[in-house]
Amino acid sequence: MKILVCMKQVPQKDAPLKLNESGTWIREDVSYEVNEPDAYALEEALRQKEKHGGEVVVITSGPARAQQVLREALAKGADRAIHLEDAAFVGLDALNTARAFAAAIKDEQFDLIFTGLQSDDYGYAQTGVVLAELLGWPHATIIMQIEKNEGGIRVKRELEAGFFQFVDMPLPAVLTIQSGINKLRYATLIGIKQAKNKPLRKVSMSEVQSALSANLQTIERLYVPQKTKQTQFLEGPASEVAKKLVDKLRNEVRVL
Amino acid sequence: MADTILVVVEQREGKLNRVSWETLAGGQALAADTGWALEAAVVGSGVAGFAAEIAAKKISKVYAVESPKLEPYTPDAFSAALKQFLESRQPKLVLMPHTYQVRDFVPKLATAMGRTAISDCIGYKKDGAKLVFTRQMFQGKLAADVSFACDAPWFVTFQNGAFRGDKVEAGASAASVETVNVQIADGVVRNKPQEVFKEAKQAVDLTQAEIIVSIGRGIKEQKNIELAKQLAEALGGEIAASRPICDSGWLPMDRQIGSSGQTVAPKLYLALGISGAIQHIVGMKGSRTIVAINKDSEAPIFEIADYAVVGNLFDIVPPLTEEVKKAKAVG
Repeated sequence: MKILVCMKQVPQKDAPLKLNESGTWIREDVSYEVNEPDAYALEEALRQKEKHGGEVVVITSGPARAQQVLREALAKGADRAIHLEDAAFVGLDALNTARAFAAAIKDEQFDLIFTGLQSDDYGYAQTGVVLAELLGWPHATIIMQIEKNEGGIRVKRELEAGFFQFVDMPLPAVLTIQSGINKLRYATLIGIKQAKNKPLRKVSMSEVQSALSANLQTIERLYVPQKTKQTQFLEGPASEVAKKLVDKLRNEVRVL
Repeated sequence: MADTILVVVEQREGKLNRVSWETLAGGQALAADTGWALEAAVVGSGVAGFAAEIAAKKISKVYAVESPKLEPYTPDAFSAALKQFLESRQPKLVLMPHTYQVRDFVPKLATAMGRTAISDCIGYKKDGAKLVFTRQMFQGKLAADVSFACDAPWFVTFQNGAFRGDKVEAGASAASVETVNVQIADGVVRNKPQEVFKEAKQAVDLTQAEIIVSIGRGIKEQKNIELAKQLAEALGGEIAASRPICDSGWLPMDRQIGSSGQTVAPKLYLALGISGAIQHIVGMKGSRTIVAINKDSEAPIFEIADYAVVGNLFDIVPPLTEEVKKAKAVG
């Protein structure tokens, strides 16, 4: 199976974020890491390749710093990488990001494309599904298991409230992968060494520009959410606090 | 034709998904602010009953979008059906709850129509003629006001808890219901879904709970969970937890609240020993009332708490449980 994994570099979870001057995005000077669900998507692709043979290709878009995500993926076992390198890719909406990816892989023939189920920065949860529609492929989201079968694949979708569902689908297909689908591996020293010699194709903005349009949605303003709540602090000895709280629950919250 | 807001409600297991009422409340608020007409649609096979339920609310019209191919749910069928329906009605705004099902087909639908969806919104603002939708970014650390830069229909999905479902206004008289039969050609639906099932036998739907007692790392040991369970029982609520508790196997994964677990908006959310990492907060901050008990006065959970107790939960929870029992006994 030939699998493409779409990966994204996002600010580290605990990194303090600063707004840029126009208040429409964050300042670049933060620490970055791989988007967590994307790491699971890569791991799943590597496992599928180990089972069925084939090739794992990783793709990302963003400025030079984003190459780190691809290097790590190559060190873990991906065969080659594609980097849509330009700072302007960061500002694309989900539709244009998917269009850029579709344009960059137009000469390739993948059986499967994996993405993480959503990114930790935008959190749109859309790029994978949009990409499937652009390619005309079927898709399934929030996947917790993938098995090859006669007609294609059987995947396990996570639904809400503890429900799951198996779905049979033909290939090629796009799947968005849920965190926790597998256990992540670490890159080995040999892997890190080998990664240096693996092919990494760079794609410039101008190569995919004709596939893009102006964004269909605009971030007007990015800001720190205002605290809207008035917090009442209840103080005193434990037994008194318990009484006060029950009084609030009864007379103000009205749940007792 | 006047501009229209269309709310696509979601049904599951023979019931309207509770978040559908929230989206409908959001639709009513938007209709009042814009002067646009409000309509709703239920998509599926044999959904006229749901349409009638919606028609009792303050709304101008309800559509039952029907095809036998819409059951069971597939993204291919839902996208095809709604594309056909929306192209014939041309609403300005299409609102849906940000459920797993909606996430599965809306990006496809919007793309198929050459449009975009602003997903997982927590509200909207109307600035003169301009409409912006507010959504969380960077796991809730920042918020963004996002506007559409394309033609209608504009797709918006709202996060669980964005509006109050119990605030949906009833209508003076029942709105008319129109059944729209859509044609879905053979071969359009490529996925073959199997039966929906639950992994854990006791799996619980926390999104439907009115009271939730939730525990975090502050509970320290597995055996201490009993204290929280007793409080939950006294309150008539469900027990839940932040991710580290479930990762340790102290409570099953279906009790996990947060970005990787369930998103809830109960009447009362009582957080015991939860610091309030953003991954947890995104799953519960829509709760109507939040009570936080934590010994760290700097814990971010206090930022969103209505009532806060800075103290040791092991001192406070036992007398609290007793007081709740007493209050309940009085009735």
